[in-house]
Amino acid sequence: MTTMLKLERVGKSFTLHVQGGVEIPVFEDLELSVDAGECVALTGSSGVGKTTLMRMIYANYTVPEGRILVRHGDDWVDMASAHPHAVLEVRRRTMGYVSQFLRVVPRVPAIDIVAEPLRALGTDVEAARDKAAELLTRLNVPERLWSLSPMTFSGGEQQRVNIAHGVAHPYPVLLLDEPTASLDAENRAVVLSLIDEARARGAAIVGIFHDQEARDAVTTRSFSTADYTRAAA
Amino acid sequence: MFIDETPLLTVENLSYFYGRHRGCEGVSFDLYPGEVMGVVGESGSGKSTLLRVIAGQDRPDAGTVTYRDRLDKDLDIHRISEAQLRFLTRTDWAFVHQNPRDGLRMNVSAGANVGERLMAIGQRHYGEIRGQATEWLGRVEVDTNRIDDLPATFSGGMQQRLQIARNLVTGPRLVFMDEPTGGLDVSVQARLLDLIRGLVSRLGLSAVIVTHDLAVVRLLAHRLLVMKDGRVVESGLTDQVLDDPQHPYSQLLVSSILQT
Repeated sequence: MTTMLKLERVGKSFTLHVQGGVEIPVFEDLELSVDAGECVALTGSSGVGKTTLMRMIYANYTVPEGRILVRHGDDWVDMASAHPHAVLEVRRRTMGYVSQFLRVVPRVPAIDIVAEPLRALGTDVEAARDKAAELLTRLNVPERLWSLSPMTFSGGEQQRVNIAHGVAHPYPVLLLDEPTASLDAENRAVVLSLIDEARARGAAIVGIFHDQEARDAVTTRSFSTADYTRAAA
Repeated sequence: MFIDETPLLTVENLSYFYGRHRGCEGVSFDLYPGEVMGVVGESGSGKSTLLRVIAGQDRPDAGTVTYRDRLDKDLDIHRISEAQLRFLTRTDWAFVHQNPRDGLRMNVSAGANVGERLMAIGQRHYGEIRGQATEWLGRVEVDTNRIDDLPATFSGGMQQRLQIARNLVTGPRLVFMDEPTGGLDVSVQARLLDLIRGLVSRLGLSAVIVTHDLAVVRLLAHRLLVMKDGRVVESGLTDQVLDDPQHPYSQLLVSSILQT
């Protein structure tokens, strides 16, 4: 299969300057490669750096050591060193990220939030809204809520808007941080089938799933960041 | 796979001194079409100075600012003629001031404030100018019945939205904003931010936004420069700088935000 994501000798620690320069080691020499059609679960107890690693892959956190290569069309882009302009382009076209919490923009209706990634790629308003409506329907977000800002939605409703936003565009690489948290059984099943469909169309997926059942249902293998834990200096 | 590979604006090693005092020093960045650059730092950090020098209002002591015009021609902003620069500031560029009074003419009507920019680029047909002014007042959510009223009778938030309409009516490609939400109530700020965000993305504008408010850049800017004492101490993607700041000063800035 085609390799979509390659992490080479990746290392990270945080330096907290405002707290007397405390150094928090996270991991070192981490290696991971993910092919198209794979869904890799990041595992390990709380605090081993699962979310940190995911954020580094998305370049939301800096990557001080090693390379994080993403196949972007015919190119490999190193998220650790690429120009911000290139990173933004990778995020627009190639790599999607469903974070744990929806960052809401005041006043923007739910349907437009979901349609936004498609709009950013040049899809016209109607087609983007149609796709958004289809996803919101599948995720059981009541139609009367579509024109409202998700700021006032319940946690579960916000999470479903968040997921719809994350899968509206068929990204070749998808990062999922606890996509089934705060969902009831019915909606969890919908989300799991959306993940399966993404994998079936060839997406390379990296996810964090605390829910064992969900993990077993959609992932093809596990990867423990704990194996690369960095010792305190 | 990469499109729009040439920057719209290239700032190289820019320095400006007030006598012996450093305004800004050694600032470099490039800005691509459709991108919004945020410049943050406390008052006195040199961010407004930087904006004025980039916009050609002040001449730098060192460094260059290069702008790529609609014909893909590179213009050295501080070497082109006064007339060329004036033409740019009326057509391709817009400048939104913190205080709307600095960007509006307070003794003429709201409609005339918007229409004036169109007349400056040669439009003469009164009906068309008024039509466009009306349309833009609507777009910035100013009641179009107020078109003949003086801006002095408007609230602060309305004046700021009027200033934005006046600036964007001529279809600029690059917008400079100096604390566009400063001095406004939080609820008015949110509305204005959403308005700016929508206009910037719909019109595909590039912008440089100076602010001390990190929530503003989180919402509007793709990329960020953090300034301290006239120098850039950190730069990068907005979410990266805010979520994983590296420089001690950026960490201090981010950790000083009050959580609500």
